[in-house]
Amino acid sequence: MTARIGVVTFPGSLDDRDALRAVRLAGAEAVPLFHADADLKDVDAVVLPGGFSYGDYLRAGAIARFAPVMDTIVDAAEGGMPVLGICNGFQVLTEVHLLPGSMIKNEHLHFVCRDQTLRVENAQTAWTTEYRQGEEIVVPLKNQDGQYVADAHTLDELEGEGRVAFRYVGWNPNGSRRDIAGITNARGNVVGLMPHPEHAVESGFGPDSVEGGRIGTDGLAFFTSAIKGLLARASS
Amino acid sequence: MPKIIVDVMPKPEILDPQGKAIGAALTRLGIEGFREVRQGKRFELKVHGEITDEVLAKVQHAAQTLLSNPVIEDVVSVKKTECGGNCGCGHAKSDQAPNGHKDLLA
Repeated sequence: MTARIGVVTFPGSLDDRDALRAVRLAGAEAVPLFHADADLKDVDAVVLPGGFSYGDYLRAGAIARFAPVMDTIVDAAEGGMPVLGICNGFQVLTEVHLLPGSMIKNEHLHFVCRDQTLRVENAQTAWTTEYRQGEEIVVPLKNQDGQYVADAHTLDELEGEGRVAFRYVGWNPNGSRRDIAGITNARGNVVGLMPHPEHAVESGFGPDSVEGGRIGTDGLAFFTSAIKGLLARASS
Repeated sequence: MPKIIVDVMPKPEILDPQGKAIGAALTRLGIEGFREVRQGKRFELKVHGEITDEVLAKVQHAAQTLLSNPVIEDVVSVKKTECGGNCGCGHAKSDQAPNGHKDLLA
């Protein structure tokens, strides 16, 4: 069996091709999905990519969340299908209430683009099992509306249940509450984060590392984690 | 043409980076004396025909689902407004609402 992972293209998505490529490099079949088509084409997992769906008009992700494909994705996610939201995809996941909280403009109002260190705070989600708990990874970060906010009760709940999946290390690039870079739902199948693992999957095109320029591939394990989980489930 | 105005503001406990930047710009311009600036959104919905309770209920629904995100924003008012009789559309000035609008969120 080969795992099939879909990537949704919304009007204004930018990183859908990169996400498809990351899925292929990780060893799965990459399936393009379209916002207006509710059919998920029998995929086993879905990635909502980065970009500026609908130009970020109204609020980031606010219009994309009403796309026909999202109804099907919400049903599938509630049934346990792995769903990963990256950047704008994370914003869509909060707008559609699969993940709590919301994103507002970066505290300093600047667009940020940098290689960012993250700590893996939960290595048991569908997208993080191939990392070690507490492992530090470097992936690109690029956003304008990246400040994660939620009320204190929600934040305490996320912390208490181990649902903070990633935290910024060294510098909080956008003012996110409690340095949160990514979170998961209670079941661990839905994960959203602002940084971009799909841009750190192939040596020569990734972030700089101490061993050399652009050789970082720390993002690949997101995809290999999902694939391993899907294959294990299929063979059991 | 009758319109419904929806005003949305960031929740008081949510930091408003844009409002903060605007506040700083006011100070730079020498327009001083304000403790805080917060930026919200105003939506104008022009209606086909009369504004009925049904239309208003629809706008209330839209305000809570699409126009605002209850995690970070409050719908502070949903108001009906007439043109005031000044725009040439033929709509008469309303005696009941001389200021041209009526607040529908008590």
